[in-house]
Amino acid sequence: MTATGLWPPTAQEVVLLLLGVVAAASALLVVTTRQIVHAALWLVVSFGALAGCYLVLTAEFVAWVQVLIYVGAVVVLLLFGIMLTRAPIGPSADLNSGNKVMAAIVALATAAVLVTTVVDGFRQAYAPLVPGRGAAKALGAGIFRNWVLPFEALSVLLLAALIGAIVISRTDIGGKD
Amino acid sequence: MTGHEMEAAVAVVLLPFLAAVAGLLATRRPWRATPPGSVDRNAYWRAAMIAVLPTLVSMLLAIWLFTIVWRLSPPAPPVEARSFWNSGWSCLLTGDLTVIDTGGIPITVGLRVDVLAALLAVLVTVVALAVQIYSVGYMRDEPRYPSYSAFISLFTSAMLLVVYAGDLIVLYVGWEVMGLCSYLLIGHWWEDRANSRAAVKAFLVTRLGDVGFLFGLFVLGAAAGSFRIDDVLAEVAYLPTPVLVTATMLILLGVAGKSAQVPLHTWLPDAMAGPTPISALIHAATMVAAGIFVVARLFPAFLLARPTLDALAIVASLGMLGAALAALAQDDLKRVLAYSTISQLAYMAGGLAAGSDLAAIFHLVTHGAFKALLFLCAGAVIHAVGSNLMKDMGGLRRSMTITFPAMTIGFAALAGLPPASGFFSKDAVLAAIEHATRSGEYLTDAAAWLLYGCALLTVAVTGAYAARAWLRTFFGPSRVHNVSLPEPEPGVAHVYDGREAPASMLWPIGALSVPALLLGFAGAGLLEWPTAVTSVVVALLGAGAVYAAWRSDPAADPARVLGPLRAPCERAFYIDAVYYRLFVAPVLWLARAVARTDDTVVDGAVRGSGRLALGASGILRRTQTGNAQLYITGILAGLLIITVAAVVLG
Amino acid sequence: MHVVYPAVLAALLFSIGVYGVLARRNTILVLMSVELMLNAVNLNLVAFDVWLGDALHGGQGLTLFVIVIAAAELGVGLAIVLAVFRNRRTVAVDRLHALAEPGDDPDGSGDPDGPGGSDDPDGTQDSGGPGARPARPRGGAV
Repeated sequence: MTATGLWPPTAQEVVLLLLGVVAAASALLVVTTRQIVHAALWLVVSFGALAGCYLVLTAEFVAWVQVLIYVGAVVVLLLFGIMLTRAPIGPSADLNSGNKVMAAIVALATAAVLVTTVVDGFRQAYAPLVPGRGAAKALGAGIFRNWVLPFEALSVLLLAALIGAIVISRTDIGGKD
Repeated sequence: MTGHEMEAAVAVVLLPFLAAVAGLLATRRPWRATPPGSVDRNAYWRAAMIAVLPTLVSMLLAIWLFTIVWRLSPPAPPVEARSFWNSGWSCLLTGDLTVIDTGGIPITVGLRVDVLAALLAVLVTVVALAVQIYSVGYMRDEPRYPSYSAFISLFTSAMLLVVYAGDLIVLYVGWEVMGLCSYLLIGHWWEDRANSRAAVKAFLVTRLGDVGFLFGLFVLGAAAGSFRIDDVLAEVAYLPTPVLVTATMLILLGVAGKSAQVPLHTWLPDAMAGPTPISALIHAATMVAAGIFVVARLFPAFLLARPTLDALAIVASLGMLGAALAALAQDDLKRVLAYSTISQLAYMAGGLAAGSDLAAIFHLVTHGAFKALLFLCAGAVIHAVGSNLMKDMGGLRRSMTITFPAMTIGFAALAGLPPASGFFSKDAVLAAIEHATRSGEYLTDAAAWLLYGCALLTVAVTGAYAARAWLRTFFGPSRVHNVSLPEPEPGVAHVYDGREAPASMLWPIGALSVPALLLGFAGAGLLEWPTAVTSVVVALLGAGAVYAAWRSDPAADPARVLGPLRAPCERAFYIDAVYYRLFVAPVLWLARAVARTDDTVVDGAVRGSGRLALGASGILRRTQTGNAQLYITGILAGLLIITVAAVVLG
Repeated sequence: MHVVYPAVLAALLFSIGVYGVLARRNTILVLMSVELMLNAVNLNLVAFDVWLGDALHGGQGLTLFVIVIAAAELGVGLAIVLAVFRNRRTVAVDRLHALAEPGDDPDGSGDPDGPGGSDDPDGTQDSGGPGARPARPRGGAV
C-alpha cells in the first residue's frame, strides 16, 4: 500500500471514522448526561466503539482485552460504586458542579492545542495495516519475551492496589490509634 | 631630671581617678542596703574619706612638683616679659608612657609639667580639696553623696589630666571627661526638671564648642605633624598663618564653650542649678579655667595668629561688660557670681588677647581662689537662709561671724580693691591691655581700644555689683523668713536657724580666705601704679554709686540705678530668648516635622505596604476554596497557556 | 491508514475526559472521565504502534499495561470514594472542602474530622477477625 492523500478516506478509514464518531459522541454523553447510570452505560458504548477501532487498527488482542476488562469489569465496578454511594437512579440536576463554563473553556482549549499539534505533526504519517500483527501470539511473545520484567512489576503493583483497596474500604481494619 | 617627678605627676592625676572608681564601687554595701532616699551614714563616711584623702595627697604632690619646677626656673621673671614663653620659665618635665600608633599621626600618652601646668595643678587641687571638705558638711543629708563625691574626684582628675597632658589628644580626653562630669554634677538633683535641663544645656552648649575644638586640634596636629605639645609648639613658628588662624579660631570655639565666653556663655548661669560646691569647683578651678589654660598652653600659636587675637579681644570685650551688667541686675546670689565669673573669664581672655598670658594666668589663679571662696561663702549663706535670692537675705553680718569677713575679702578681691589678690591680678591684666593699645604688637588698634574701654567700664560695674551683693546680703534690715519653709527645695533643703554653717564648711572658707587675700603679693612685681590707681578709683566710683543708692533706701535694691536698662540686664540681654528663637525653636519645629514625616510618610509606607499585602492576600485567599476541581482547572489552564506561549514565542 | 484519524480521535476523547474531570460533581463520574482520558491514550498508543511497525510491540504491550493500571487505579479510587462516602455522606467533589482555610468554610464540611469522623460506630475495633465483619458497604473488589 502506498501513501495517499487524506481525502478521500479508504474503506478502513471510513469504518474507523464511523466508530470514532460513535465513541466520541457516547463519551460526550458520558460527561453530559443527567442520569448517572446512563453515564455508565454510555461508557460501555464508548469503550465498545473504541474496541472496534482497535480491531480496525489490527490490534485484535488489545481489542478483546478492552472488551473484557473495560466493558466487563470496570463498568461493572463503576455500577457497584454508583449503587454503594446511594446515587439517585432517575435524572438529577446537580451532576455538574458550578465549574462548567471554565471546564468547557479549558477542555476546548486542550482540544484545540492537541488537535492542532497532531494534525500539524502527522499530516503525512501513513501506517500500512498488516493483519495479524496484533494477534495474541505475536503480542504474547512480545510481552513474555521482551517486556516480562515490567509485566512482573505490574503484577506486584496490582497486588498492592488490591490490598490497598481492601484496607481502605474495610471498616474493621483501623489505624494504629 | 631622673627623680620621681613624673611618678608624682602620674599620681597627682591618677589618685583622684582611683578615688572616683573606689567611691563609686566601694562605698555602699549592697547586702546592707538602706531604704532608698535615706542616708546611709556608713557609706557617707566611707565616701567622705575616699574623696578627701586622695585629693589631699594629690594636692601635696602637686605643691611639691610646683616647688621643684619653680626652683629649677630662674628666680624672678623680668617685668617686661609678659609671657610664660619668653620669660625663661620654660623649664619642664616630660614623660611619655606609650605611643599609640594610629596609622596617621601617633598619639603620645604622656605628661608634661612646666611652671604653668604646675601652678594650675596646685590651684585645681587646692580648690578641689576645699570643695571636697566643704561638701562633707554641705551634703550631709544627701542620700546620693557617695556618687556625688566620686564625680567630683573624677572631675578633678580630668582637669588635672588637661593641665598635665603632654599631648593634645590626651588633653582632649580630659577635656571631654570634664564635660561629662559637669553634666553629671550640674544635674545632681535631677528630680527637678529644671536641673536636668540645665545639665543638658551645659553639656550641649559646651559640646558645640568641643566640635570646633577637636577639629582645631586636628588642624594644628596635622599641620605640625605631631600631637605632642612640645613638637607642636616647636613647629608653630614655621606654619603658614592661614593654618594657624584656622586652627586657633576653631580652638577658640571650644574655649568659648568651656570658659563660657560669648556667644557660648549661656550654660553657665543655668549651671547654678547644681549644688553650690559644684559651682565653686566649676567656676574657680576646673571647667572654665580649662579654656583659658588651653589658650595659654598653646599661646605661641595664638600670638602668631593675629585675627584670632582680635576675635578674642572682641569676644572678651562683649563678654566682660555684658556679663558684669547682667550680674548687677540679678537677684539670685549664685547667678550674680555666675555672671561675675563670665565677666572675669572675659578679663582673662582679654589679657590673653593683649598678649600677656602671664597676667591672664595670674588672674586665673587669684580668681580661682577668691571665686571659690565667694561660692563657698554663698553656699554657707544659702545653707543658712534657705533661699538663693538676695531679697530673702540682709543683715546677716551679725549672725554669720566667719562667713561675713570671708565673703568681704572675696568681694574686695572681685572688685579689685587692695590689698586683696584681685587687685594685683586685675591690674596686671589692665596693664597688659594698656600696653596693647600702645604697642599694637598683637591687636589692631580698634580692638585694643575697645578692649581697654570695656575693661575700664567693667571695673566700675564690677565694683558696683560686688558692693550691691555685699550690702544686700549682710547689711540692712533682715528679710529672712523666720518660719520654717514649707517644702524645702532640693539643694537648699535647710531651714534658717540663724546659726553659722558647720565646721567642715567653715574650715575651707577660712583656708581659702588666706590666698584670696594674700596671693596677689606673689605677683606684686607686675604692678604698675598708674593703672592700679586708675582701676581702684574707677571701681570705687562704681561701688560708691551703689552705696549712695543703697543709703537712700536700705530696703530697696540698688540695682534700680540702672533705670530702664535693668530689665534687659536681668534677662542677660535676652540672649537666651534670642537663642531660643534662633536655634531651639527652629530645631523643635524641624524635629516635629521630622516626627510627623516619620509617622505619616515612613510609617505610613510601612503600614500601607502591610495593608496592601493584607488586601491582596485577602483577594488571593478567595481562590483557596478547598475545591480540588478548581485547582485542577487552574493547573490545566496554566499548563495550556505555558504550552501555547512556548510554541508561539519559542 | 492515516495516523491523523486515530490521533485526532484520541485528542477529542482526551478533551472530553478533561471536561468531565473538571465539570462533573459526582466523584464516580469524575473517575469515568479519567477512564476516558486513559482510553484516549490507549488509542494513541495502538495507532502509533501500528505506524511504527514496532517489532517489540511496545505500544500494544504498553496499552495492556495501562489497562491493568487503570483497573487497579479504579479499584483504589472507588475504595477511597466509598470511604469518603461513609465519612461524609456525600461524594460531591465541590463539597469536600478539607483543603480550605478553617474559618472560611461555607457549609462546615471542611472540618477534617467531619461529622462521621469516627468511622467505626459499631465498636468493632476489638472484634478483629473476618468473621466478625459488620454488614457495611464495602468496595475495592478488583
